[in-house]
Amino acid sequence: MLKITNLHASIEGTPILRGINLEVKPGEVHAIMGPNGSGKSTLASVLAGREEYEVTEGSVLFKGKDLLDLSPEDRAREGVFLAFQYPVEIPGVSSTNFLRTAVNQVREYRGQEPLDAVKFLSLMKEKMKLVEIDQKLLSRSLNEGFSGGEKKRNEIFQMAILEPTLSILDETDSGLDIDALKIVSNGVNELKSKDNATIVVTHYQRLLDYIVPDFVHVLYQGRIVKSGTKELALELEEKGYDWIKEEVAGTAV
Amino acid sequence: MSKDNEILEQFTSKEYEHGWSVEYEADEAPLGLNEGIIRWISAKKEEPQWLLDWRLKAYKTWEQMTEPEWANIHYPKIDFQRTRYYSAPKKSKKTDSLDEIDPELLKIYDRLGISLNEQKRLQGIAVDAVLDSVSVGTTFRDTLSKHGIIFCSFSEAVKEHPELIKKYLGSVVPISDNYYAALNSAVFSDGSFCYIPKGVRCPMELSTYFRINAANTGQFERTLIVAEESSYVSYLEGCTAPQRDENQLHAAVVEIYAAKNAEVKYSTVQNWFPGDKNGKGGIYNFVTKRGICAGDHSKISWTQVETGSAITWKYPSCILKGNYSIGEFYSVAVTNNYQQADTGTKMIHIGKNTRSRIVSKGISAGHSQNSYRGQVQVMKRATNARNFSQCDSLLMGSTCGAHTFPYIDISNSTAQVEHEATTSKIGEDQIFYCNQRGIATEDAVALIVNGYAKEVLNQLPMEFAVEAQKLLALTLEGSVG
Repeated sequence: MLKITNLHASIEGTPILRGINLEVKPGEVHAIMGPNGSGKSTLASVLAGREEYEVTEGSVLFKGKDLLDLSPEDRAREGVFLAFQYPVEIPGVSSTNFLRTAVNQVREYRGQEPLDAVKFLSLMKEKMKLVEIDQKLLSRSLNEGFSGGEKKRNEIFQMAILEPTLSILDETDSGLDIDALKIVSNGVNELKSKDNATIVVTHYQRLLDYIVPDFVHVLYQGRIVKSGTKELALELEEKGYDWIKEEVAGTAV
Repeated sequence: MSKDNEILEQFTSKEYEHGWSVEYEADEAPLGLNEGIIRWISAKKEEPQWLLDWRLKAYKTWEQMTEPEWANIHYPKIDFQRTRYYSAPKKSKKTDSLDEIDPELLKIYDRLGISLNEQKRLQGIAVDAVLDSVSVGTTFRDTLSKHGIIFCSFSEAVKEHPELIKKYLGSVVPISDNYYAALNSAVFSDGSFCYIPKGVRCPMELSTYFRINAANTGQFERTLIVAEESSYVSYLEGCTAPQRDENQLHAAVVEIYAAKNAEVKYSTVQNWFPGDKNGKGGIYNFVTKRGICAGDHSKISWTQVETGSAITWKYPSCILKGNYSIGEFYSVAVTNNYQQADTGTKMIHIGKNTRSRIVSKGISAGHSQNSYRGQVQVMKRATNARNFSQCDSLLMGSTCGAHTFPYIDISNSTAQVEHEATTSKIGEDQIFYCNQRGIATEDAVALIVNGYAKEVLNQLPMEFAVEAQKLLALTLEGSVG
């Protein structure tokens, strides 16, 4: 589904990603871990098409298409979803209105009829249960005055509505208490199927207790320096990142 | 970021939709302005002597005045001798039946999406259509007259209701009020008159649709609304003009009188030709709008959506004379390319327990300059006056400007005045967030801008709010990258 080959990217001339290789198949959950500043969020942003990052080398194929060639909105319409670490506020625009616009633009791209208000509302009702989100919250301005937990739940709610093929969760666990973390993880798990895939970008192992990954990759200095199964995450939790850093330094010498 | 600017640029470079003009045989005054022209206009309109005298007095006053220069707008000096002060379609002899209106003129309005044919109208909105200097038709007059409501062109009102015109003309905006008001008083050609008798709630929206068609011609209309005790009316005006290289002058005056317990809601969707991408052409919009809450518990509410004009100079104001009277001003002003807007309001608290509310939302893009200028004045005897002002500015790109000039003038220590102001830039983050959900950039900007202006748009009657939303998106189209 997703094939990243030798991906290099920089921001304002500073290289951040220095040759990422990663393949994600349908039905898989991949966790990307790593210390601060290793390039985790950059990878998520580059995949979603954020303009500040310049891809200097490498390729990304998504469902056989050159992902890097698509505009951010077309990537979304093709089925790439990014759950933001810091969801933005849009004053005066209700979540409902925002999502309906999004759903219908995605549907138009896919040659489907737009959903009318009634159908859209019933879709919302169905998905609301998944992340235990309140309808009142959805009639408020998008993310404005939402608590950290509400923002993240709203991200997963949007994911549920848009039904992406590839979901990238960027530090979705940050700022969540344990109850909210469970609700959010539960939502993500419910949405999992054999046809879609998830990339979980996280600092801590905690989230991976709930969203169990098939693969764990450690990102350091813009490269994936170690890959393994969920046991690797536990090892990192226990030992920290220093041993990885040393290993990398060792091979470099 | 540069990409951001690129989007902004694309989004703001959309062409003006109403830029066409129609050829029709016109009855025109010669170019220029002098006493002779004023007599000519007055004679053309078969006016009584008192009105001619009033005009001449205004002309003399105007001659003594100088063009105001305090506004934050820059333009070459207007040559008042190169403007035409009267142009009317020749066949437009005013008739009672719309069937007799020249079909060519009806077509102009059809093309603007305004049907003057009553049978065809789905919504109950009465329209007075003003083309260049004259009113070409007013709809639903019979229905309205059953309620005792007078809704007609200004010229007709002068003939049919001279006592009302004599009483109220210039009572809210006196001849000497300002340079453009004096000019308007001297040369005004037509406009709408509306009278709501005591205790009547006007059963439909009233509206005037202004269209400038002729070249080199200024439009100087006058609107007068009188709401008697305990009456209510909601009034709308819309305006467009053809796309021309030269600047055209529009200097209107609107006066509103609200008696005890009366309420007047006045909404404007202003879409005069704004000039082209490079700032060539466009309407100079110098307008004086003022209402007086003369009676206790009266209320006047101004709502404006300003998207057009090369220059906008306008401050719809409320004189809160009656005790417990309320004044409101809701404004969205959008400027793009080289447009300049200096707009705001004046709330003058004279009566006790008077309240006013100002919500101004400025949106600037391209190389435009957008200024809010507002005055809140609380007079000595206005005990317990309250005002709340909110002035927000939204910037798109890095070559435009937003300015706020609030004046607060308090002479009574019991006054409570609040002023809030914010300036923000349309965020790349916001646009990217929308993109990431599959929303195209242009739609994202429309969504964000409409969200920003929502509080004001909500004040408009439903079908106009939808129109205004589209207009906002259209004005800014091509402005984000």
